[in-house]
Amino acid sequence: MTFRSIKSLLVKTFSVFSLLIATQAFAGENHTPATTQAGAAAPAAVEAHGAKKEGDFNVTETILEHIKDDHSWHMWGHVSIPLPVILKTSKGFEVFSSEKLVDEHHEPAVYKGNFDYKLVEGKTKIVDAAGNVDVEASKQLWDFSITKNVASLFISVFILLVVLLSAAAGYKKTGVKSAPKGLQSFMEPIILFVRDEVAIPNIGAKKAGKYMPFLLTIFFLILINNFLGLIPFFPGGANVSGNIAFTMTLAVCVFIVVNLSANKSYWEHIFWMPGMHWSMKLFLAPIELIGVFTKPISLMIRLFANITAGHILVLSLICLIFIFKTVFASAIAVPFAVFIGMIELLVAFLQAFIFTMLAAMYIGMATEEHHHDAHGEAAHH
Amino acid sequence: MLLEINPLVLPDIGLVFWNTVAFLLLLVVLGKFAWKPILKAINDREQGIEDALAKADKMKSELAAMQSENEALLAKAREERATLIKEAKETADKMVADAKEKAKAQYDAIVADAQVAINQQKNAALTDVKNQVGALVIEVAEKVLHKELSNKAAQETYINELAEGVKLN
Repeated sequence: MTFRSIKSLLVKTFSVFSLLIATQAFAGENHTPATTQAGAAAPAAVEAHGAKKEGDFNVTETILEHIKDDHSWHMWGHVSIPLPVILKTSKGFEVFSSEKLVDEHHEPAVYKGNFDYKLVEGKTKIVDAAGNVDVEASKQLWDFSITKNVASLFISVFILLVVLLSAAAGYKKTGVKSAPKGLQSFMEPIILFVRDEVAIPNIGAKKAGKYMPFLLTIFFLILINNFLGLIPFFPGGANVSGNIAFTMTLAVCVFIVVNLSANKSYWEHIFWMPGMHWSMKLFLAPIELIGVFTKPISLMIRLFANITAGHILVLSLICLIFIFKTVFASAIAVPFAVFIGMIELLVAFLQAFIFTMLAAMYIGMATEEHHHDAHGEAAHH
Repeated sequence: MLLEINPLVLPDIGLVFWNTVAFLLLLVVLGKFAWKPILKAINDREQGIEDALAKADKMKSELAAMQSENEALLAKAREERATLIKEAKETADKMVADAKEKAKAQYDAIVADAQVAINQQKNAALTDVKNQVGALVIEVAEKVLHKELSNKAAQETYINELAEGVKLN
C-alpha cells in the first residue's frame, strides 16, 4: 500500500510537470488555442494555457484522468505503452497504434486514416479539416479499441486462466483423496465459500450446481479486477471494475441468466401476484416489472460506484498534497491513503462477494418453487 | 443526452464488447476445464469423507457386535466346559460305583460259591464220618458178638480192650 501512495505521489508530480510543459508548448507556438481546439477540449486547453504558475492544479481533472479509460497505458514519466485502436466506420474496420493519436508532447493529434481521427476527452472522434468534431460522422464511429481497461481485462483473464487451470490440474495430479496443495489449497476455500455461503443458501443445494460456474466466473472476474485496480503500477492501474461498461456487461449477463432460468411462478408473482385482490394485482404488476430491471441496474451501479468511489478517495487524499502546495500535507494524506487502501482491499473482496451474492439471490428468487395456498387464484389466471 | 453529462457513466461500446467476449471465454473455458473438475473433485472428496465416516461407523458397530458375539461364545464355551466337567465327574463316579458294585457282586458270588463248596465238603466229610462210624460200630458189634459167644470174662476184657482201642480219634 505504501507503494501505491509513493507511486501516486510520483504520478501527481509527473502530471503537474507535464502539464507545465504542455502549457509552455501552447504558449510558445499557438496563440489561438480556443478556436482551433475541438469544442469540448477547449476549456481544458484554456485552463492549461492559463495555468502558468506552479501549483495551479486541477484536482477534478487529474482524478478523472486516472479513473477513466485511456488509449495508451501510462507507465512512468513520459513513457506509455501504445495500444491498438480498432475503429469501425462507414468505410469498414481500421486498426492503428494509439501512438498516432498523440504528438510528441502527449497532446491529442489528428490521425488521417479513412477519416481524420482525434482524441477528444480521451474518446476517438472524427474531426473535419478545421479540427472540429464532426458530430454526424462520429455517430457512425464504433470504437472497439484495445484500451487500457480492455488490456487490463485481458491480463486479468490470463491470470485467472493460469491460476484456475493450474489449480484444476492439481486435482488431476494429487487425486481426490489427498489434501490440496499450493494454489489449489488457496483457491479451494474461496470456491467452497462461493458454493456454501453464496450459491447453496440462495439457490438451494439441488439447483446450485447448475449455476456454480456462472457465479464462480463472475466472482473471480470481479475479484481479480478489483485487486488489479488497487495495484498502482503496470499490471494493475486500470480501473476496470470501476468502469460502468464492465459492471453493465456483468449485470446484463445476470439479467439474462435470471430471466432465462425464471420459472412460471416467478412470472406469475410479477404479473399477477397470487393471493391479492385484483386491484392490488393491477397495482403491483408495474412495480414488480420495474423491479425486474432495477435489480441488475442496482448491481451495475453498486459495483461501479463502490470501486470508483474508492479510487477517487485515495486520489483525493494524495491530491491534498498538491492542493495545500506543501510536502507536509503528505504527513496526513499518505497515512490516510494507506488506511483507505486497506479498506479498499476489504471492499474489493466485499463487492465481488455482494455482486455474486445478489446474483445468486436473484437466480434463487427466479427458480424458487412457491407452495402457497392461492392455487385457486392461479387457476383463475 | 443526460448520460453524456459525465463520461464516467457512459459505457464504451468497445469495453462492453471486449468484456462480453472475455466473460464468455472465461465462462466457457473455466466452466469446462476448471470449475467442472474442481467442483467434481471437491464433491468426490466430500463424498469420500462421508463414505469413510459411514464406513467407520459401520465398522465400529460391527466390531461391537463381534465383541458381544465373542463374549457370548466365550460364555457358551465356559458353560460347555462346566457341563463337560460335570459330566466327566458323573461318569467317573458312575464308573467307580459300578466297579464297586461289580466287585461286591463278584465277592458275594465267590463267598456264596465258597460257602456252597464248604457245605458240600462238610456234608461229604460228615457222610464219610458217619459211614466210617457205622462201619466201625458194625465191626465192633461183630467182634463183641463173637467174643460173647465164647467166653464171658474174655468177652468183657475184650470189649474193654476194644473200647480202649477205639478212642474215636
